[in-house]
Amino acid sequence: MGKEIKTVKDIPLQELLLPGHVACAGCGMAISVRHVLKILGGNTVVTVPACCLSVIQGLFPKTAVAVPLKNVPFASAAAVASGLKAGFRLQGKELNVVAIAGDGGTYDIGLQALSGAVERGEDIIYFCYDNQAYMNTGIQRSGATPYGAWTTTTPKGKKERRKDLGLMMIANGATYVATVNPSFPMDFYGKFLKAEEKKGPRVLIGYSVCPPGWRYTPELSIELGKLAVQTGAWILWEFEEGVFRFTGYSKRLAEGKAKRKPIELYLEPQGRFRNVLRDPEKLKALKRGINERWRVYRKIAEVYSSSTPG
Amino acid sequence: MSKLKTIKEYPLIPASKPSEGAAGRTGLWRTFRPVVNLDKCIGCRLCWFYCPDNAITISGDGKVEINYDWCKGCLICFHECPVKAIDRVVEEFG
Ligand SMILES: Cc1ncc(C[n+]2csc(CCOP(=O)(O)OP(=O)(O)O)c2C)c(N)n1
Ligand code: SF4
Ligand code: SF4
Ligand code: SF4
Ligand SMILES: [Mg+2]
Repeated sequence: MGKEIKTVKDIPLQELLLPGHVACAGCGMAISVRHVLKILGGNTVVTVPACCLSVIQGLFPKTAVAVPLKNVPFASAAAVASGLKAGFRLQGKELNVVAIAGDGGTYDIGLQALSGAVERGEDIIYFCYDNQAYMNTGIQRSGATPYGAWTTTTPKGKKERRKDLGLMMIANGATYVATVNPSFPMDFYGKFLKAEEKKGPRVLIGYSVCPPGWRYTPELSIELGKLAVQTGAWILWEFEEGVFRFTGYSKRLAEGKAKRKPIELYLEPQGRFRNVLRDPEKLKALKRGINERWRVYRKIAEVYSSSTPG
Repeated sequence: MSKLKTIKEYPLIPASKPSEGAAGRTGLWRTFRPVVNLDKCIGCRLCWFYCPDNAITISGDGKVEINYDWCKGCLICFHECPVKAIDRVVEEFG
């Protein structure tokens, strides 16, 4: 991207996600993808499996995405990205190859292709916009749906906890792993700019609100992203060269410089958590799950506090 | 692209062309209209950053402007403006 981005005013005006696209009003994925394309720029090729983004870009004969983009079978975003990168390398072309997929296409259906690409050390960026269910087909639960959340296939709330993709990617040996959230613009840009400069498999996992799927009014899209981090439900962190770091507000929480806000503030605006709010046992279990996640991440930060000696 | 009549007219590789309004005039989806009050606006560009529809543009003198052809009326900008420079009015398409 070239020039340094210190404030929102430094962000280039060029848009590669064109207006008049088909995403719902207030869609978090559209916010993230718009900025990912701005950061990576025109010298980028994208692979997208079935998901809401494939609809944004796929209304033949028009597309809202102004860079070359290939629709690929559900399980194969990382595999096709690996192949494209290899092809460009043979042709002597230096391009960013990025796979962008939903949580269903990442945590579940595309997981083996992704873990294989990371294991082989493929030189690709993988961005999972995590809206925590299979939204495009009508809100079915995925491996990323959080405990207690309503979906059409978990009418009383999901019984299981969410998978942890970030830890899987660290364990698989990705060059760079980070969580992002568009409610925190500079954290978001900082991490993608860093990812762009690195080589090897880079995996970014994006908190991604979905007004119809999460059952809330769209004007709260950015507010919810802030609350997710402030209550500790979403943790901002990055992992590079053997070092794990909390970032932004999550770092303040981890260092005890700020206190987690009550989780109810995050749950209440979202209809998907109605079952949890009505049932003190479920609420307790949900809080326990968040505490447990923080406990694990604090340990991880300790273990990976400096580069492993060679 | 004009309407295709037979299967033979379809291109061998069906590549879509980048275009504004790929989903039509999405401004017609609005039930509420966000209106910027430029006297109050401090030019922070947060509304521009957060807009999922890239319906806010920055003019030459740095002012924000809403493009009502594409704005879907999600009201994120109205909710997030730090100085409350954006009002919300019922859309009447007049
Ligand atoms: C092999 C295969 N199975 C099922 C589908 C149907 N399908 C299309 S999109 C989608 C949901 C994808 O969910 P996710 O990856 O989370 O993206 P989101 O829709 O939430 O953006 C499904 C199940 C498909 N296209 N291909
Ligand atoms: S269903 Fe959700 S993720 Fe899909 S376009 Fe609508 S808001 Fe975005
Ligand atoms: S209401 Fe939503 S779509 Fe319209 S300008 Fe504001 S943020 Fe953009
Ligand atoms: S968020 Fe408010 S103050 Fe900032 S640029 Fe937009 S209208 Fe102006
Ligand atoms: Mg999803």
